Amino acid sequence: MTDFKLSCPVPAAPQKTVTLGHGSGGLLMKKLIRDIFLAAFPDPALHDEHDGAILEPCQDKLAFATDSFVIRPIFFPGGDIGSLAVHGTANDLAMCGAQPLYLSCGFILEEGLDLEELEKAARSMARAADEIGLRIVTGDTKVVERGKGDKIYINTAGVGRVITENPILPSRVRPGDAVLLSGDVGAHGAAILSVREGLRFETQLVSDAAHLWPQVRALLESESEIHCLRDLTRGGLAAALNEIAEKSGCAVAVEEELIAIMPEVEGACEMFGLDPLSLACEGRFIAFVANGYQEKALAALKGAGCAAAIIGKVLESPAGEVRLKTHLGVERILDAPSGEALPRIC
Amino acid sequence: MKYVDEFRDARAAERYAKLLKALVKRPWTVMEVCGGQTHAIVRFGIDRMIPERLSLVHGPGCPVCVTPLELIDRAIAISRRPEVVFCSFGDMLRVPGSGWSLSQARAQGADVRVVYSPLDAVELARQLPQRQVVFFAVGFETTAPMAAMAAHQAKALGLKNFSLLVAHVLVPPAMEAILSSPRNKVQGFLAAGHVCTVAGFEDYGPLAQKYKVPIVVTGFEPLDILQGLAMLVRQLEAGRCEVQNQYARSARAAGNRTAIALVQEVFEPCRRPWRGIGPIESSGLRLTKTYTELDAERRFDVGDIAAVEAKDCLAGEVLQGLRKPHECPAFGTLCTPQNPLGAPMVSSEGACAAYHKYHRQQTRA
Repeated sequence: MTDFKLSCPVPAAPQKTVTLGHGSGGLLMKKLIRDIFLAAFPDPALHDEHDGAILEPCQDKLAFATDSFVIRPIFFPGGDIGSLAVHGTANDLAMCGAQPLYLSCGFILEEGLDLEELEKAARSMARAADEIGLRIVTGDTKVVERGKGDKIYINTAGVGRVITENPILPSRVRPGDAVLLSGDVGAHGAAILSVREGLRFETQLVSDAAHLWPQVRALLESESEIHCLRDLTRGGLAAALNEIAEKSGCAVAVEEELIAIMPEVEGACEMFGLDPLSLACEGRFIAFVANGYQEKALAALKGAGCAAAIIGKVLESPAGEVRLKTHLGVERILDAPSGEALPRIC
Repeated sequence: MKYVDEFRDARAAERYAKLLKALVKRPWTVMEVCGGQTHAIVRFGIDRMIPERLSLVHGPGCPVCVTPLELIDRAIAISRRPEVVFCSFGDMLRVPGSGWSLSQARAQGADVRVVYSPLDAVELARQLPQRQVVFFAVGFETTAPMAAMAAHQAKALGLKNFSLLVAHVLVPPAMEAILSSPRNKVQGFLAAGHVCTVAGFEDYGPLAQKYKVPIVVTGFEPLDILQGLAMLVRQLEAGRCEVQNQYARSARAAGNRTAIALVQEVFEPCRRPWRGIGPIESSGLRLTKTYTELDAERRFDVGDIAAVEAKDCLAGEVLQGLRKPHECPAFGTLCTPQNPLGAPMVSSEGACAAYHKYHRQQTRA
């Protein structure tokens, strides 16, 4: 009888993964919200557990932005989907010249998601918001059947207070403007690649994911005349420059020599046949600064701790085109990437 | 980046450009065989640094470009079977078949996965014993050893759920096909350094002699290409037709013997159609008898496939160096990377894609 053990035939399984019940609107959902979201997000507006948040009035113009976050893997070197969901929308607000104030978050969870992972992502969101003084004031959760999602999708929408008098818009870009880049490019894209299934390679690379508001504020407060800001996300520097060239009807000329790329990023790109200028960034932006103000703007960005550089300027024509002076001193088009970046064969 | 920047030095490049200007006395048409070289040439603007009388035409060295349409359609048909996990190099995904591309098949529910190495597909087969994992073995001599290793391992592991859809092709027969065409314009070759690193370049001597063309085994960095061109032009101007090795830091005449032995164990040469060019004798690889059990074409009967090429696509002419991408009426209008008619517009080694990405409005012939 030494083998005999007392056991309950129907053990009460601890809820360690997300189930469809967590999205049912019932007690299980309430428990999920309390145990994970309310525990992570301290804002009183959220703790009212009301249908929405009531915000304080603001005399300035408001900026409003939204972004959705889908990334695999959800935790990667240098960040995770939680911090990304805060930075992404906060950075979009910053690009409007606005101080990020309030954020909503909508979670779409896949059945079977590890609750610990969800908790980790929520805590990372809270930390990221706290760092910029951004309040997460309202939220929503839905659960989809296993196989109908990819662990976690997050949508965030944010409201910010515009601190500039003149609007910051692509249409304000003028020939003669200097193009400033806030740091090296491609680290986020390369870091994600390094941990993606099927492509994994060993590297010390970490994503550049970061919030940009402190840098943008330093720039805006430097009394430089800023015409436009754009953060580099999917499609990287190449996509951002092309968007602005197209929207402003001007040409943009940049020099390869002046664009910083880490050797590890270059190495990964050489290996996979990818273009570092088209790799995603999550913590870099370009600024179009009126001629004459570029040195002041550059000093402000450097003062805010970024390795910024002037990489080129805006020309009148050919309208909508981005030209790159290569390392060999020859000019060519810098095109926006056409689709999903796929590694080459050999 | 160490070992790369040295080969992209602007001042050294300028010196080579000057040297070429001094060397070129008569008009010459030379072909860089590999799509990787084509992309380096337009990406760095080498074609704009060299004398106008030295015309570069772009070769067939883009593996996905020359994979026959019928085989892509077959790949898509296999990928749509519910039991199949279809693994491919990323570059193949966007290449249009007669109807769909693999990427469109994936959007319609096919389980198509991008792998970087064929061995990842073998690993997948081990992890998913209830599924059939098929690897689309595409590429030249460079990727054939990896595919051979995958077949070798799968056999050693006794995997019953792994197979290969083989589309491998060989470079020297294609060079010979170009040279023997009555419309040939190519007077000298920059041979593909990576292919020669694996397979060696002993086959090139007879080719150079028979057709009286110089061949320079060349690397992929700007200075490699400029130096290769200088070596080629020196020979052309002197009326020589030798095989020279610019890429000596990597390529040896005999190649990589281990890799060659492995490829010979798993594959044997066969006649293969090249997309846009037509069938070329002994230009492809198929599984040897010992390995036929791993042949996906035998394992999955997807019936007869009648492939139809887009009629406005001149990819075949481009791949043989008879036309430049921008000389095709469909270039940039009917045919763009978003809506490609032919494979060279989507592959990262395709000449049309290179021109579209870096030049667009290029008019210099």
